Amino acid sequence: MTPDNTTTARHADSRRPARRTEHFVADVSETPLQVTDRVKDEAAPLSLWGEAWKNLRKQPLFIISALLILVVVAVSLFPGLFSPIDPTSEACQLANSDAGPAAGHPLGFTQQGCDVYARVIFGTRSSVTVGLLTTIGVLLIGGIMGAVAGYYGGWIDSVLARINDIFFALPLILGAIVLMQLPMFRTNKTVWTLVLILIVFGWPQIARITRGAVIEVRNADFVTAARSLGVSKFGALMRHVLPNSLAPIIVVATISLGTFIVAESTLSFLGIGLPPSVMSWGNDIQAAQASLRSNPMPLLYPAIALSITVLSFIMLGDALRDALDPKARKR
Amino acid sequence: MSTYILKRFLQLIPVFLGATLLVYFLVFSLPGDPIVALFGDKPVNEAVAAKLRAQYHLDQPFWMQYLLYLKSIFTFDLGQDFSGRPIAAVLGEVFPVTARLAIMALIFEAVFGIVFGLIAGLRKGKFFDATVLVASLVVIGIPIFVLGFLLQFTIGVQLGWAKPTVSSAATVQDLILPAIVLGLGSFAYVLRLTRTSVIENMNADYVRTATAKGLSRFQVVRVHILRNSLIPVITFLGADLGALMGGAIVTEGIFNVPGVGNRLYRAVLSGEGPTVVSIVTVLVLIYCLSNLLVDLLYGWLDPRIRYDS
Amino acid sequence: MSASVDFQEAEYATERPLLEIRNLAIGFTTSNGEVNAVRNAHLTVMPGETVAIVGESGSGKSTTALAAIGLLPGNGRVAAGQILFDGEDISNASEKRMIELRGNSIGMVPQDPMSNLNPVWKIGDQVRETLKANGLPSGPDDVAKVLSQAGLPDAGSRAKQYPHEFSGGMRQRALIAIGLACQPRLLIADEPTSALDVTVQRQILDHLDKMTTELGTAVLLITHDLGLAAERADQVVVMYRGQVVESGPSLELLQNPQHPYTQRLVASAPSLASRRIQAAKELGVETDDMLAPSETGVVEPSKTDEVLQIQNLRKVFKLRSGLGKSTDFTAVDDVSFSVKRGTTTAIVGESGSGKSTVAQMVLNLLAPTSGKIIFDGVDTSTLNSKDLFAFRRRVQPIFQDPYGSLDPMYNIFRTIEEPLRTHKIGDKASREKKVRELLDQVALPQSTMQRYPNELSGGQRQRVAIARALALDPEVIICDEAVSALDVLVQAQVLNLLAELQSRLVLTYLFITHDLAVVRQIADHVCVMEKGKLVETGSTDDVFESPQQDYTRALLNAIPGAGLMLPPEVEVA
Repeated sequence: MTPDNTTTARHADSRRPARRTEHFVADVSETPLQVTDRVKDEAAPLSLWGEAWKNLRKQPLFIISALLILVVVAVSLFPGLFSPIDPTSEACQLANSDAGPAAGHPLGFTQQGCDVYARVIFGTRSSVTVGLLTTIGVLLIGGIMGAVAGYYGGWIDSVLARINDIFFALPLILGAIVLMQLPMFRTNKTVWTLVLILIVFGWPQIARITRGAVIEVRNADFVTAARSLGVSKFGALMRHVLPNSLAPIIVVATISLGTFIVAESTLSFLGIGLPPSVMSWGNDIQAAQASLRSNPMPLLYPAIALSITVLSFIMLGDALRDALDPKARKR
Repeated sequence: MSTYILKRFLQLIPVFLGATLLVYFLVFSLPGDPIVALFGDKPVNEAVAAKLRAQYHLDQPFWMQYLLYLKSIFTFDLGQDFSGRPIAAVLGEVFPVTARLAIMALIFEAVFGIVFGLIAGLRKGKFFDATVLVASLVVIGIPIFVLGFLLQFTIGVQLGWAKPTVSSAATVQDLILPAIVLGLGSFAYVLRLTRTSVIENMNADYVRTATAKGLSRFQVVRVHILRNSLIPVITFLGADLGALMGGAIVTEGIFNVPGVGNRLYRAVLSGEGPTVVSIVTVLVLIYCLSNLLVDLLYGWLDPRIRYDS
Repeated sequence: MSASVDFQEAEYATERPLLEIRNLAIGFTTSNGEVNAVRNAHLTVMPGETVAIVGESGSGKSTTALAAIGLLPGNGRVAAGQILFDGEDISNASEKRMIELRGNSIGMVPQDPMSNLNPVWKIGDQVRETLKANGLPSGPDDVAKVLSQAGLPDAGSRAKQYPHEFSGGMRQRALIAIGLACQPRLLIADEPTSALDVTVQRQILDHLDKMTTELGTAVLLITHDLGLAAERADQVVVMYRGQVVESGPSLELLQNPQHPYTQRLVASAPSLASRRIQAAKELGVETDDMLAPSETGVVEPSKTDEVLQIQNLRKVFKLRSGLGKSTDFTAVDDVSFSVKRGTTTAIVGESGSGKSTVAQMVLNLLAPTSGKIIFDGVDTSTLNSKDLFAFRRRVQPIFQDPYGSLDPMYNIFRTIEEPLRTHKIGDKASREKKVRELLDQVALPQSTMQRYPNELSGGQRQRVAIARALALDPEVIICDEAVSALDVLVQAQVLNLLAELQSRLVLTYLFITHDLAVVRQIADHVCVMEKGKLVETGSTDDVFESPQQDYTRALLNAIPGAGLMLPPEVEVA
């Protein structure tokens, strides 16, 4: 196979008799010439976030989940507005044990004779608090670890990646179980203890996502351009790399918020989460487990509240992914 | 290929050592007398305490303790639980049950996840796809213990289609309902992963080229779309085996399955620190091995990986 | 003699076209409603003939061709018109009928060899399934035969390899083998070599030509390069914004373009322009295709110093291979050249030649392994951080990818203002004034300031990148494939802008490119690189007129249209 340097145009090929081909020219009025590369001035300027927001507003999944989350946040901030009965001050009456719905008590009573509706409303706060605080903590620790590992690379990345792998080998629930069953955490635990432990075992995922996102952006030409303008390495990370890595991190953080709420309630359900004195859905479900067959309602309602809350965060994350993921947008 | 496996294997060693060291450190190096603390609220039984002190070599420096502990793991000399039974024997009883449960869950999620995901992906944007997508979100959103109680109560207790609890033999029939509950979350994930992967491959250039060759739609889907889409799915399933065994604690608690999770749960409630550490260590080992399995699968499924050294 | 011609013409007059597209309209359903991608398109391909569709991105050329093999994307459909294949209308044929036709009647060679082979199957498997699906014998020998016919050496053992073990050129040969495996009567070749290096491109096209001539296969060639189309096709169809604006015999179309769009295209296509310059030089005529300002007159004599001197530059990368071992890879090997102030020096080479590595080192983003880069008399490797910061003001880059070189989160104002802010130049008001001036300089409306990169086209983004590079009044601009990703007309526009800015602002360009045709238009000096080494350097005229090295000659020969006989100036009406 040698390059044929003598190739000439096909028409010169003598083996081929000339075919008559007409020379067609379209009417210029029907095919008007436009200015090459004209700037389209019609629409108002729209940033990426603006565009994402425009897409989001039209998504039913986003609207539903956002509204649900607003309600959940409102309930956890002002539970008194939603329930006239304060289960912390009004003692449960054993006389009402396992009683059905009654006037003022729409969801009936637990085995201890507590109002189910009031407990569900007042239990919201601990779940949301744990989820929110854990997510913030995980974002700080995992975000910084991931960004540093991804951006600077080299041995820092290798070391952080190994640490990350080690924590990954201990799944969230398993790791939390090991820690929570320790006597020092068993005796005097609070919401903060639980948050701390969930952060310890929850950061690796955010770190991994951040690292991947940062690596994808760090070699982009606009980062090189900024560096050759004289922007420092750290400056380029803060001004260009991180803002462009945010989208997948936000998505995963939103979904993680739901996961941490599940983790809290699972641990409470296992009896090693929040202390029984703290009102939470997990504790209520654990307490109602014993009388499941005779009276499933005290288990069902906190379970529904828990599921709806978690589901809203997962749906919100899914909607955000569709709006923020540039790959999904192209399709 | 062999350097690839070797490299992967060597990378797992620090992970295993690190994770076990972490667990060991957390349990035995935090302030307070770990042995007294291990008894928790219960009165300290001096005989047991002495045994434990000897078993965990607490008179030795920390590194020595850890190394001796590692040695005991690899010789299956895991000591005794509070009732005096060797932990190794206890594990030998409970692990087969959990393995059976996890494999059943894995088969369930693989078969249904891939089939539903493939159909949804091929019919992107249609009614089936939209329904399955929302349904999978709901399944992912509901915590596993809620799902467990729900299915136990409706299918087990009210409808009586399956046994709500498991006999001590834990037969395959007994484990159907628990396996579905255990596998549901991953099922939704497998479904979504298959769907995304199928859609990505449907838009791939080589699929268009395959169509241009004159292949039938069925051949294109089977040879090009499905085969390529299964790479990420199968690697996920491999890693999930380890995760399912470690995550069975809630499911086993609800259905009273005599498996690892149940034993772990009881050890947690009664404050049997050494048993907890032993079980968690074995689970970490399984996690590491299932990750190695994933790497092997990946190398086998994707020729590009085999030569990447 | 004339009788026999008449006889043949009579024979052809009764001959049926193999492919005839009549008044074709193709619509796409998008979230913004129905979009017409193609309107009123028509073309005819006679048996054994090669017809090229030429157009820029978005002209509808690929869409038209894909419709002919029934491979429109899911949201596209033929809205009107006919596609007659051998007399049969297949515009709305059943999927069953299309499967019958694909492969053995209509074959396809796709554009990107990297993504068109399934990475998990062996090359042989992918050929075999083609033969099998079309009912041809598909034993290992048949597969090997098909592959070796496409010019793949050692086909028997190559068939057992996976795509990632093949080079780009070999993959494209495998794809040609697949496209022609069942000896179709029509082959649709969609930019079959655009993703390959120029010298490989030429070999592959020559081989494709040879095979289709032997088999008597008609070819529908889709390309953006008018020079290539004219060289390879009997007939050229020019498409613009979804419509056919002109069609006819290739040479006639090139010499006598009638439609204003074709005229522009003929005037702008770099391969044709460089060919015209060459023809003009040979005749001793001046031509306006030369974008480079002549050295004398524009630049003051005192400033014609050598602003950049590259001395024995070397860069060795350590490639990790397996467990802790590493091998050395010399990306740049003993390269020396110098750049005069106010001139354009082009570094030309194919992929892997090390040309971009040189650019990175000149920009001081990558440290040389050995050798020196002397900028304005100072060795840049000795700069402390303060001097380096000052150096950054004077040497600025423009990158290839117009989609990657602007931060998508920054609006255009912030993008162009960033260098000013970083170097703490002026206050807010004066910076805004400067940004407005810069936008004027690159001929963008000032209203662009509030826009975001995703709202601009590739050419517009590249203008913004130029404005950003100019913000600090640099002396040297490194253009790393700065126009390679742009469409022909936009490319010409940006090249003109660069030339104009150079003469106005006395800029020095170091132009990194793989495209010799562009070099001919813009550069004063050329450095040809191959596998990390500098193989030839000299003035553009010298290198083009009397290349000293075989490699340079091969590169020059590979410019599409090199064999075309063109008049030095085309009358542009």
